[in-house]
Amino acid sequence: MKQVFTRPESLKDVSTHFCPGCHHGSVHRLVAEALDEFGIRSETIGVASVGCSVFLYGYFDVDVIEAPHGRAPAVATGAKRARPDRIVFTYQGDGDLAAIGMSEIIHAANRGEDITVIFVNNTTYGMTGGQMAPTTLPGQKTSTSPYGRDTSKDGSPFKMAELLSNLDGVAFSARVALNSPKNVLNAKKMIKTAFRYQVEKKGFSFIEALASCPTNWGMNPLDANQRVTDEMIPYFPLGVYKNTANL
Amino acid sequence: MQTGSPEKIFVKGNEAVAMAALEAGCHCYFGYPITPQSDIPEYLSRELPRLGGEFIQAESEIGAINMLLGASAAGVRAMTSSSGPGISLKQEGISYMAGSELPGVIVDVMRAGPGLGGIDASQADYFQATRGGGHGGYRIIVLAPASVQEMYDLTMLAFDLSDIYRMPAMVLADSVIGQMKESVTCGPRPETVLPPKNWVVRGRAAGEPQNVVKSLYLGDGEMEAFHWKMQARYQELADRECRWEEVHTADAELIVTAFGSTSRIAKTAVAMAREAGMKVGLMRPITLFPFPKKAYAALSERCKLFLDVELSTGQMIDDVRLSVARDADVAFYGRPPGAGSLPTPEELFEQIKKNYRAAA
Repeated sequence: MKQVFTRPESLKDVSTHFCPGCHHGSVHRLVAEALDEFGIRSETIGVASVGCSVFLYGYFDVDVIEAPHGRAPAVATGAKRARPDRIVFTYQGDGDLAAIGMSEIIHAANRGEDITVIFVNNTTYGMTGGQMAPTTLPGQKTSTSPYGRDTSKDGSPFKMAELLSNLDGVAFSARVALNSPKNVLNAKKMIKTAFRYQVEKKGFSFIEALASCPTNWGMNPLDANQRVTDEMIPYFPLGVYKNTANL
Repeated sequence: MQTGSPEKIFVKGNEAVAMAALEAGCHCYFGYPITPQSDIPEYLSRELPRLGGEFIQAESEIGAINMLLGASAAGVRAMTSSSGPGISLKQEGISYMAGSELPGVIVDVMRAGPGLGGIDASQADYFQATRGGGHGGYRIIVLAPASVQEMYDLTMLAFDLSDIYRMPAMVLADSVIGQMKESVTCGPRPETVLPPKNWVVRGRAAGEPQNVVKSLYLGDGEMEAFHWKMQARYQELADRECRWEEVHTADAELIVTAFGSTSRIAKTAVAMAREAGMKVGLMRPITLFPFPKKAYAALSERCKLFLDVELSTGQMIDDVRLSVARDADVAFYGRPPGAGSLPTPEELFEQIKKNYRAAA
């Protein structure tokens, strides 16, 4: 019988700790497929961040450095400068990248470090139990915004894909979603393009993946998927914000 | 990156640090400007790229220490440097490096604090350096140079010890040692046998094990086992790597003890006391962690009076008191750091006389 679907080699044959309906697993898979398709697993160094994404080394069959909270782009900078012949990517959540790590991501992007950043935006701090994130939507209730995010006091959500695309050091920036087969196929294409930038040494590449967090949103997986469509995509439009080399 | 030469040259302490780093094969330097250590990044921004290395002026001290973490995890020799306010910011990364068993050299050219403090010499970051400084309970190697030559030699040693024991190593200098010029011989990198770095992230090829550099230990007993392993390593350090200098201690009835720039002033005061016929010696620890406890214990078997001198209200004195015999007295003379608080040799000589007479 012909096998038509299997686990990417860059992923380990283990089950993940991710909650049912969480999109982290999908993003992991797409990144692993990109590493497989470029044949770069043995050259790749992953940089894990703090939050649900910390267990990167448990799922990816590549060497991994675990970075302090928010510092993955600085750690990746050090690793890439030390080993410019390696493929270095970070995998970060919204609290990690857009709150405590805002300085590190902005400056790594602005230096045009030859790395790939995978940013998973689920509008909440997942691992710590659903607190307000820098990308929490206006009015969204979380465990630390029980009356809903008040933009007059908390500010508005950061649109990281757009923000970073304004920096001269950024070569590629795109926002994708995982909530429909069509969006997953497009996300695959974009993630592969992001890695192509690094493989071809064309500069800093950034992927923002809109993801669901059914557990902390208090929703079942289907409703959470629907929320990505109804609430997140209108605020965080999908698309390519920068593509300097037209890859 | 060989830069060593048998010629004597006349340079600043901070430049000697940078030169030693190059000779030691430091491939990456990450830093952020802060007085009184900016000569180090300035020197390396000029020289490191010429030798094929990487220099980055980081966006912050936090950025710099995490770049050091990443470069070290990737297997190269790397360094950062700063002073008090910046070293405080680096503590997060130092804790992660300690937790991840990563080597790496951190140079702290101490300045006065707390807060913004000032740019004058200080020894008030002794506790921060020798007690770990960040969260979680760990130690790092701490070396205290007292001359420009030692800025060179101990920076070189810091790279070796850090690689051998897989932990961060700090060169704890101060603005006097960093800013003064002395003649120095920039010797070649010693031929130390270093353990293979088979733990680095390098890209997992087929058939090779996955390497992970991390500090998260969630399994039952894992974290505890890590701490006991490190405890054993600290003991190994204490057994093998303690370094100190003794001057006129053989017949001393009073031993002055001080580290770094203060020990230079103390040495002059001890010479003045000897000239006046007093049996006074000097004990200068060079490694502050590991602290040369056994050397102090041995000295205190015979000499029962110590005078600890520091440019702070007293920090190293805790270690001295814990090291000497129970029947030995440890007197203290210190000046909190800040403009105008560096003691003169005459001032220390007075303290020697006062304590010497009281004991007689």
